[in-house]
Amino acid sequence: MPMFEGLSSRLDGIFKELRKRGKLNESDVDAALREIRLALLEADVHYSVVKSFVARVRERAIGAEVARSLTPGQQVVKIVYEELINTLGEPGRLDLSGDPPHVIMLVGLQGSGKTTTAAKLALHLRRQNHRPLMIAADTYRPAAIEQLQALGRQLDIPVYSEGADVAPPLIAGRGVRAAGQENASVVIIDTAGRLQIDDEMMAELAAIRDRVHPQETLLVADSMTGQEAVNIAQGFSDQVGITGLILTKVDGDARGGAAISMREVTGVPIKFLGTGEKIDGLEVFHPDRLARRILGMGDVLTLIERAEAIEMDEAEALALEEKFRTASFTLEDYRKMLQQVKRMGPLSQVLELVPGAGEIMKQISPEDIDRQLKRVEAIINSMTLAERERPRILNASRRKRIAAGSGTSVQEVNQLLKQFRYTQRMMEKLSRQKPPANLRGLFR
Amino acid sequence: MLRDSLQRTRQAFFGRIATLLGATELDDQTWDEIEALLIQADLGIETALAVTEALRERVRAEGLTTYEQLREALKETLLSMLPEDVPSALAEPRLLTVILVVGVNGSGKTTTIAKLAHRFTREGWRVMLAAADTFRAAAIEQLQVWGERAGVPVIAGQIGGDAGAVTYDAIRAARARDYNLLLVDTAGRLHTKYNLMEELKKIRRVAARSVHEAPHEVWLVVDGTTGQNALAQARHFKEAVGVTGVIVTKLDSTARGGMVFAIGHELGLPVRYLGVGESLEDLQPFDPQAFVDGLFDE
Repeated sequence: MPMFEGLSSRLDGIFKELRKRGKLNESDVDAALREIRLALLEADVHYSVVKSFVARVRERAIGAEVARSLTPGQQVVKIVYEELINTLGEPGRLDLSGDPPHVIMLVGLQGSGKTTTAAKLALHLRRQNHRPLMIAADTYRPAAIEQLQALGRQLDIPVYSEGADVAPPLIAGRGVRAAGQENASVVIIDTAGRLQIDDEMMAELAAIRDRVHPQETLLVADSMTGQEAVNIAQGFSDQVGITGLILTKVDGDARGGAAISMREVTGVPIKFLGTGEKIDGLEVFHPDRLARRILGMGDVLTLIERAEAIEMDEAEALALEEKFRTASFTLEDYRKMLQQVKRMGPLSQVLELVPGAGEIMKQISPEDIDRQLKRVEAIINSMTLAERERPRILNASRRKRIAAGSGTSVQEVNQLLKQFRYTQRMMEKLSRQKPPANLRGLFR
Repeated sequence: MLRDSLQRTRQAFFGRIATLLGATELDDQTWDEIEALLIQADLGIETALAVTEALRERVRAEGLTTYEQLREALKETLLSMLPEDVPSALAEPRLLTVILVVGVNGSGKTTTIAKLAHRFTREGWRVMLAAADTFRAAAIEQLQVWGERAGVPVIAGQIGGDAGAVTYDAIRAARARDYNLLLVDTAGRLHTKYNLMEELKKIRRVAARSVHEAPHEVWLVVDGTTGQNALAQARHFKEAVGVTGVIVTKLDSTARGGMVFAIGHELGLPVRYLGVGESLEDLQPFDPQAFVDGLFDE
């Protein structure tokens, strides 16, 4: 279904005939470009943006030398990938030069995530030793002010508000003045969501802008946006002027092609990505990662980072390695490992980041695996430490107790033990022999 | 009103398709462009291909040539993508009807519920709301404000509380106070979040245990500006909690609403309402014929 899944292998099909040739010729490239066009459209990149993008790729690809290590299909994907990174541009930094308070205004459609992003951004800035203040200028959506106030309380960041009966430009103007008095160094204005075709509401944004002269006007946009993305970006850019983009809800499974569209029509940099419901879910934008995601190449870097964030104790890791080597790996070690893996998030999400896992996910449900792992953990948790270290002592009555304790059945306990014995035997075998040639080859 | 909000869609996309269809010759390039325009309307590639293929087949088989014929054929093809006359659980009389409203963050669930409450009250239902979004800051207050505006009571718990418990309390309250329609507002969640989808299943189970055959409808609120992801949302929510219908919001924008066809075609889910503005009245029952006609009217 996702067109980009295996784009490179599909292109290889097209290029099958010409593996011997050294250069990409016009007809080969054009055959590949139809696939690329479809794939980008599937990723929600706007039609006209796809057109100009494909034209650029065509220019670069025709006559390009196919590197010896690559197939022609991979070579085209490499060009597409590089061009995508070019198009997405460098990650934008916030401009906080000059005298404080620096004013940042957040704008966007209803439900794009402005209020949540305001709080995330405030927290991000405070971690960089700024003193943020948030202004509640959404007087339209019921309880929008209360929402920002609640987030402010949660983070202990001040919120300026005048209720819902005052005109937003006045609130913004007085809020910025108050920020000066309160010694805040950066001000984040949360504005009401609005459609870019709503002239009256867009004029209000311009009025806020003219009153507070924001240093940054950031368009907060939903990463799941479809072809409409160009109109939204164009509308806000033309009528209010924007200095950057924040893409939200990127923790979903949308390909995020809207990012390319918005970037292309506005020319402003993408500054942040909003991920997750937690208040610290704001990431600095990495063009290469988003490009990979749009191409369905997985996001290995994010995965590595998450794994790093787990901060496995080095001594612990060494001890585990030793146990692998000497085949003295116990159920207790197994449980510890499971916990480490779990900290990376549900397997269903981890798998999404792995290149090529799309294929696997079609065949098995990662949720099932998550559930399975949970049962395994429950079973081990119901064992005593002695039992975990020496599963041999597990007789029928102990197994019955463990099954009852973990809410599973004796059969499930048996199955786990059987699998574990098998793993142990494999390890023993491996530890007795030198790595075979084919395995060693993997590390060259 | 719907025509007004669809006008932009029409001009931007289907108007151009009409122009293409009015061309003297239907060559490969024309077909490619029709397909591309359908994609631009957010139909998604598979549905766009299916529509183009079906239309092409008809043109071949029936020898259609005039603009009028082609336009009608395209309309009929699009219409055939939408499921027909799926019965609504609201038609059956019962003491208490429970409707679960679900969707991703920011799709417009709470506003939509307010509009539904307003509409159903006018239709003679005794409506009560359950604030089962116990996660987002001030979500409860937001629903309470809407409840006041629509003149319907809201049963709420504490922020951070158990959404299933709120649902249970609301069902008991509705029974005790003789309300016959309960709309349950749930927290926005991405369909890829395992734990949050499990919570939603729990809310569903609570309803099922408390009221016979509840929830009687599960409506998925989809942002009309969403692209291909709308289909993934519909698929996942359908699998998790048995979505029975879709409400598309923010269609007063220039958004095309083309995912309506993809969702209908691939999942067989009917669209129930369209959100076309910010006020309580801005909710319209979905009429497939009018929707498709609206895309082409000049």
